[in-house]
Formats: sequence, structure tokens, C-alpha cells
Amino acid sequence: MIKENIQLDAQGRLRHFLTIEGLKRELLVELLDTAESFAGVAEQAVKKVPLLRGKTIVNLFFEPSTRTRTTFELAAKRLSADVLNINVTASATRKGETLLDTLRNLEAMHCDMFVVRHPDSGAAHFIARHAAPGVSIINAGDGRHAHPTQAMLDMFTIRRHKGAFHKLTVTIVGDILHSRVARSQIHALSTLGVKEIRVVAPRTLIPACPEALGVHVYHELRAGLRDADVIIMLRLQKERMRGAALPSEHEYYQLFGLTEEALEAAAPDAIVMHPGPINRGVEIDSSIADGPRSVILQQVSHGIAVRMAIMSRAMQPSPPGQPATAVSEGMEEGA
Amino acid sequence: MKGIRISGGRVVDPANGVDAHLDVYVAEGRIAALGAPPPGFRAEQEIDATGLVVCPGLVDLRAHCREPGQEHKATLASETRAAAAGGITTLCMPPDTDPVVDSAAVAALIRRRAERAGYARVVPLGALTRGLDGCRLSEMHALKSAGCAGVSNDFHPLESPLVLRRAMEYAATFDLTVFLMPQDPHLANEGCAHEGAVSTRLGLPGIPAAAETVAVATALALVEEIGVHVHFCLLSTARAAQMIARARHDGLPVTAAVSAHHLHLTELDVLDFDSRCHVLPPLRTQRDRNGLRHWLARGALDAVCSDHQPHEADAKLAPFSATAPGLSGLETLLPLTLRLVEDGVLDLPAAIARLTCNPARILGLAAGTLGPGQPADLCIFDPDAYWTLKAEGLYSQGKNTPFLDWELKGQVRYTLLEGRVVHALPAAAPESAAAETGQRQDAHEPA
Repeated sequence: MIKENIQLDAQGRLRHFLTIEGLKRELLVELLDTAESFAGVAEQAVKKVPLLRGKTIVNLFFEPSTRTRTTFELAAKRLSADVLNINVTASATRKGETLLDTLRNLEAMHCDMFVVRHPDSGAAHFIARHAAPGVSIINAGDGRHAHPTQAMLDMFTIRRHKGAFHKLTVTIVGDILHSRVARSQIHALSTLGVKEIRVVAPRTLIPACPEALGVHVYHELRAGLRDADVIIMLRLQKERMRGAALPSEHEYYQLFGLTEEALEAAAPDAIVMHPGPINRGVEIDSSIADGPRSVILQQVSHGIAVRMAIMSRAMQPSPPGQPATAVSEGMEEGA
Repeated sequence: MKGIRISGGRVVDPANGVDAHLDVYVAEGRIAALGAPPPGFRAEQEIDATGLVVCPGLVDLRAHCREPGQEHKATLASETRAAAAGGITTLCMPPDTDPVVDSAAVAALIRRRAERAGYARVVPLGALTRGLDGCRLSEMHALKSAGCAGVSNDFHPLESPLVLRRAMEYAATFDLTVFLMPQDPHLANEGCAHEGAVSTRLGLPGIPAAAETVAVATALALVEEIGVHVHFCLLSTARAAQMIARARHDGLPVTAAVSAHHLHLTELDVLDFDSRCHVLPPLRTQRDRNGLRHWLARGALDAVCSDHQPHEADAKLAPFSATAPGLSGLETLLPLTLRLVEDGVLDLPAAIARLTCNPARILGLAAGTLGPGQPADLCIFDPDAYWTLKAEGLYSQGKNTPFLDWELKGQVRYTLLEGRVVHALPAAAPESAAAETGQRQDAHEPA
């Protein structure tokens, strides 16, 4: 739906990674396969591959983050890149420096890739459009719009547990309206061809025209979980209670919290996911978060391999051991 | 009697029901006669309007000129020059300057500076509340005496419906028109795009259609009691336009306008986070755009305005929601409205009425007509000329328009203000560079 796909180069190869929307299934599968080949790196004695040696990657975070930033940092280091972490708090912008000024200053240091998190939707697109040629932009979360690397690590986790996507019913529970994670997950799941995507939340947390996203909307948790193979719980921002979107944590947990009882409605082998950080007792019961169905901690460790795959593919189009042409073939018609 | 003869053109003067090939005679800054020359007339200057349309100078109900206070964006001189290039001879300026137009002195300053520039007549709106603070009424009588065509709080919210009621009552005392920007600030909730499929996909904070309809409903309920003339500055939803149509049918003294861009663009133009399409009220659905066209054709919407908001380049260089809303619209008002004729929405006289006599009536001005004795404000345009909008061809200091590189039909050839030629496009062969790249040959801004 994006008018010009600035994520791909003229050959249809990945140049930036800004949103899942508009990327072809073949490309997503390639990324998951590449991630699979990196998953072993962490078990080696020397946890490094030399793919991005001599490259400089900047983690440019305009919003606080621990997990996403550290997994990006680890991923970059395992690819042998030099990493610079820059946390731009309100201070720089308060001094009047614009986003573009910040970008230009960093570009002057000859960086090869920016991993960007920003509170405004579309910030990563904006930076990609104005970045110098040859500089890759990876979106690490922009406003409510997209968090595509998180979605890819979730797909990786789902594939590892469930195999083929086409038979799966996936239920996403929680604040869809404000969630960039949910938007990217929904695009990834529909591109990968799952059977059904459901979202469960009260009306105040469902965006307008949800059918534009291709999901089925439920307002009752057990109905939404019925026979689901994958359950994704979203973090509930406590601010929502102030903005008249919800009356109380208590009522939310009563109606939409994932408890053992609610989980009974899902398929017996359903997995439970959460992008973290968890609000125990608000959106999920501790016994489930720590229980056998939970794959929450695996999501975190998969994050490193998936981000290694995305960074290496965006910076050099051919994966290890594969000629570049194999990648571009399937992509050309999508360019 | 000496003056200008404009010969051979198709004269369209909707206020007087004129649509015919006539000569127009201008003397002493006024229309001297249509058709036959007045007795003793001697043409000092001849304008050959063969193949051109001669109509009243356009009246734009909403154009921000940024002066005083934001001269880095634009000045009265730069924007009135742009108005002349767009065939606009009268423009109405909202009160949100710095300082705000809440005193006679600021209103007088704006008029004086515009007069000194000499390209177009500028009519300010006075602030509805002091400093646009939304609670204390401005000195409306003084503002009216200083030449304000009405009072408005623009997008600045009023503290409560009670303030709105009091402001309407006070304005009605002096027969002042209240210009309302119908957007409920609480429902708009700092959104930046139409709440719908596109805002959902892009994750942009949405402004629901109800933000507009609720504000219109509140205002209409008060107008019904008070009887004040209210003009709705900009409508963006089909539903609100329909509500105005019904209110008009019920005899309420309300008028409404729509921007040229809301008649052509939709929420889909925001895809790609195109900040040039960040406008307020937001671009809405295809259905809304069609509804606005429908009610414009039916007359429930009286006028098309530019909602001109020039910005410096930096104001649009940020992630979508962080950019300043608004587009530079003076120089596209006429061709975008003529496009509605091409699209079969309006015939040419009806389109011109929505740019001339209708907005003039809303402002209470003797403008927008070609009746003998009226000020000779004229727009002479080639209805068949195609041209491509280029940033370097724009006279406005603001180059922020999503219509760049659009091929537009209908090009202003001459603009006259009180009998003076304030803009003239040299006749050029259609293949030449001038016709291709817009009119401006003397300045080349960096792209």
C-alpha cells in the first residue's frame, strides 16, 4: 500500500527494513531461513561471523529501550560490525536540533546503517528517504506504525514451534490501537499466509476500520481464543487508564487477562507469546508466563539471530553461501 | 474618459448572470461598461482577451499570509504577489498572526502593509477571543470598525459552548459574522490524519469525522437560538456538508466553504507519510470528497477557498505528525476549481461564482462582480492552457504543495486590481519553456 517501496532496490533486494507491509512472502521466508543459519552462532565458542567486519552501525534511539537495543547491539557485534549506541533524549531536540540535523551529523561520521527507534509514526520512512545513498535504515519501532524486526522474531518463534503457517489460527490480545508490534505482526502473518488472524480487545483499544488490516475482531476472550494455535498477548500501557480507554486494571484482567481458565479454550498445544515487558497480573497470569506453553524467553533469544539476518541482508544482499541472483529472482516483479 | 479596453473575451459574471463575449471597459479603477464603450472613452491600453475568460478577481476566504510574526514563512508582500498570480484580488486572512488580530491596531497594520505592497486587497478577520485564548471576548466593535470582515478563533479551542454562545450573541449585536472552524478539540485529540483505514495502517493518531459533525451540530443549535450569521470556514466531511444543507433549508443564516484540495485529494494521498498532505481538517475518504463535490454543486457549500498556509521547507521535513499542517494553495485555487468543471461537477459560471460573488457576499464586500461602477478587479485566464506546477514557478514563499508536477488546466494571464494590471503572463508559444515550467522566469529558487 506504500506508494513507492523505498525498502527495496531496483533489483528488489532489501535496502532498508521499515515495515513488513509491501514485502513479499519469499523475502520473509528468506529472512527466516537466514536467521535459522545464524541461530547456531550463539552456541559456538567464538560467537562471531565476519559478515559486517569494518561496517559501522548506529543504534539511534529516540525512545528508551533495553531489550530491543541490546539485542540489536549483540546482533551487530556477532556480525563483527562496530556499534555506536546513541540515545537521543528530549535534550537534543530541546536544543532545537531537528531529526534531520541529527541524521546529517551522524552521517558525517560515515556510518553504514542506522537502527532507529522514534516515538513518531513514519520516522523510519522519513529518515530512509533522506539518508545518504548506501546507508541502510532498520526500523526498531516508530510510533504506532511498525516494529518489523519484532514481528519477524515472532514469526521465527512461531515457525520453530508450529512449522507451516497456513494451518494456523493466531489470536492477538490487547491494545491493538496503540501497538506497532501488533500492526507488524498482522502484516507478517497475512503475508506468510496463516489461516486466520484474530484480535481481542474492548472497542476502545481497536483501531478504526480494523478490516483494513485483514483481521477478525472479538470482544470476548474465550471466543477469540477458541482453537487458537498461537496466542500473542500485548503489553497494556498503564497510561491508557488515565485516558478513559479503560476503567481499571482489575476489570481488564477480569475480561482480557490470560488465565489458565481462559487458555483452556485454545488448542491444547497452543503457544503463548508476549513481546515484553510483561505486566504480570494485568494481561497475563504469572503461572502462564512462566509455564510450559510460554515461549516468551525464546522470543528474546531468537531476536538476536533474526536481527543478524535482517542486518546482514540489508547491508549485503546475498546471504552466506548463496549467490545474490537466487535472492533477486523471486523479487523482481515486486520491485 | 481614458482607460483599458479588454476585448474579445468570454465575460463570465455570475452575480449579474452574464456569460457572453463582450468587451470590458475600465476607467478610473472601476468597471466603466460592458459591451459598448461608455461615451467619450479612449483606450489607453488594450488587452486582447480572445480565447480567454474574463471574470471578477477571485475572492479567497482563507489565506494565511504569516505577517506579522512569521515572516520566515511568508510576508504580506510575497503572498499578495502570489495571490495576483493566482487571479485572486481579495483575500481574507485568519487572525492567528503574532500578535493576534485582537486589536484595531493589528488589523490596521495588516491592511496598510498589504496596500503598500499593492497586489491584492487583504481583509483580516478579528479574533473572537483576546489572544485567541478561548475565554475572554475580543473588542469586536473596534475590530469591525478597523475593517475586519468577521471574527474567528480559527483552530484555537473555545473554553466551553457557553463562550461560543456569548461570542455569537455579542457578534450578532454588531451584525458581525462569526467564522467558525468546526473541529471539536477533544474528539480531534491531537490527531493528524483522518481516523480510518489509512490512519489504522500507518499508525497515525486519527481525527474522527465526528470531531467535525459534533462541532457543526453544536454551532447550528446555537445559531437557531441566536440568529447570528455563522460561516463554517472549512468542511471536510460529507455528513457535515449535509447538515449545513439541511440547516440552510430550515432557513438558518449559515454559510460554508471547502478547500480546493479537499475536493481533489483523499486520505489515500497520505499513504507514504507524505507530509505535504498533512492538512487540517484532514483529507478524508473518497466518499467524503464526493459528498463535498455534491453539496458544492447543490449550493449548500457556497465557496471554494485555498486555505493557503505557506511554510518554510523545514516545517515539512520531519516525521508526518511532527510536521506543520497546511499547504500553499493560492496559485492552484483557480485551476483546481476549473478541474471540477472538467470533471462535470459544476459548469463554468457556477465554478466562478464559488470563487467570486459567493465569497464576497460572505465577507460583506462589494467585490466579485463586474457591475458598472464596481472596482475593476479582474481575472483573465486561458481556460485551455495546460501547465505544470513547479516549485520554482511559484510566487508564494511557501513551496509546500502536493500538487507539484501536476498538469493543471487553466492559466491566469492577467490580474487587475482596481484597474491596475498587477500580474501579466507574457503570451508564450505552448511548446516554450515558459508554458512548460510555469510563469516565473526571473527567479530560480534552489529545488
